[in-house]
Amino acid sequence: MIAGNQADKQAEKQPENLIEIRGLTFKRGSRFIFDDLDLNIARGRITAIMGPSGTGKTTLLRMITGQLKPEAGSVKVAGENIPTLDRQHLYAMRRRMGMLFQNGALLTDLNVFENVAFPLRENADLPDTLIHHVVLTKLHAVGLRGAANLMPSELSGGMGRRVALARAMVMDPELLLYDEPFSGLDPISRGVVLRLIRMTNDLLGLTSIVVSHDVHEVGQIADEVHVLSSGKVTASGPPSVLKESNSELVRQFMTGGADGPVPFHFPARDYREDLFGEAP
Amino acid sequence: MTLLRLFIDSLVGSVRKLGAVTLFLFEILRRCPPVLARPKLITQQVYSSGLLSLVIIMTSGFFVGMVIGLQGYDSLSRLRQEDILGAGVALTLLKELGPAGTALASEIGLMGATEQLSAMEVMAVDPVQRIVVPRFLGGAISVPLLTTIFNAIGILGAWFIGVNVMGVDNGAFWSQMQEYVDPEDIWEGVWKSVAFGIAASLIAVYEGYNAPPTAEGVGMATTRTVVTTSIVVLILDYLITAFLL
Repeated sequence: MIAGNQADKQAEKQPENLIEIRGLTFKRGSRFIFDDLDLNIARGRITAIMGPSGTGKTTLLRMITGQLKPEAGSVKVAGENIPTLDRQHLYAMRRRMGMLFQNGALLTDLNVFENVAFPLRENADLPDTLIHHVVLTKLHAVGLRGAANLMPSELSGGMGRRVALARAMVMDPELLLYDEPFSGLDPISRGVVLRLIRMTNDLLGLTSIVVSHDVHEVGQIADEVHVLSSGKVTASGPPSVLKESNSELVRQFMTGGADGPVPFHFPARDYREDLFGEAP
Repeated sequence: MTLLRLFIDSLVGSVRKLGAVTLFLFEILRRCPPVLARPKLITQQVYSSGLLSLVIIMTSGFFVGMVIGLQGYDSLSRLRQEDILGAGVALTLLKELGPAGTALASEIGLMGATEQLSAMEVMAVDPVQRIVVPRFLGGAISVPLLTTIFNAIGILGAWFIGVNVMGVDNGAFWSQMQEYVDPEDIWEGVWKSVAFGIAASLIAVYEGYNAPPTAEGVGMATTRTVVTTSIVVLILDYLITAFLL
């Protein structure tokens, strides 16, 4: 898009982090989802956000896409503070992002080809032949060129996820966000999605954020992992380092322990008192 | 005291909702020009909300016509006035009856529950402009068209019962209709169906778009659409009749 010389200069100037989050605070009711959270996402790498259910992993993605606004703090993507952008600039920013939703979120009234073509048709005024080429290239990359005429209801879960990935990268984004990309998939489909995430990131020079609690899969692809708990980042580092972590919480999470810092029991009154005491 | 409290609460709730729906209508109207520049989006909706419900509309129109024909014949024959059956049926149908579709709410609600609307936002596509406005316009256009077809088929239904079964004179049926039905009567029905179309589509897209993104939320939104539409259509019917008479 930018002429060669200029692009080189820009690359030199580009900071190491594509996303910088500072002092992020967000509440649902009286419960803190994020409590003064700081987080950096390195450019060009695959960063995984992990943590027990309800720790705000998906909420964090929605903060980055500007679908939710924090109560305090900044979410800077490529130097722009997302919560303060007006609608026009926010939409311009979103054209530089792609997101893979948990269940694909394909538009049910359009076929596979039109689903992938959708962002192009809505956001860019391109001739039909070019759209045809771009869409088929992206579908080929995810191995589903042959499924172009199928409707979303005719796809398996794994195929739906791959079509959604083709759609997420059709605008050639700088940033790809994956919300639970492995959930509900069979082992073969998991392997396929895993390979596609790695390949897409490396071949297209993207920055990827994967929200997941699949320890095994994340361990295979993530360059960096951030574990969220109680509204903060409790541990960060490459997967191999986290597995050896001293933190009990991180160890419980990585090994799937039933009890630990994340307790098995929901907070309750004393058991004996509850059984034999006065009814509340 | 609690009853009064409940009454006040529900009154405040209704006024608040009326405000929210009005604001939503402004949001829709503001985004109409770019959608009107892409008429294909609207014709698709007229096709899916209009053409695909045509068979249901025609069947129910025919039966409603037959019922009115039968009832009308029964009443008029006691006064020995069965010849004006055609006029009576036409006036009842044209001035009063009109169906309204509410499948829009569940469709948009489901798109919310399956994150399709959210996905559009992230793709830098405004879901109100791309999904809500075409459906609102499609519904607002379809309802008057469907109502006209419903009325025409209804008159045929009444003719079938009155003339072929009950033995009303064929010539009298049509000539009395011509004699007593004025163009204003037809326009009254048309204006009403336009107003019903706008109101029903607005309620449906509002409820669908604001439904909680769960299966239960979509179900509730559909129910609320049916209930609110019935009440609003009755109120509008009264207001327009009072204004036009």
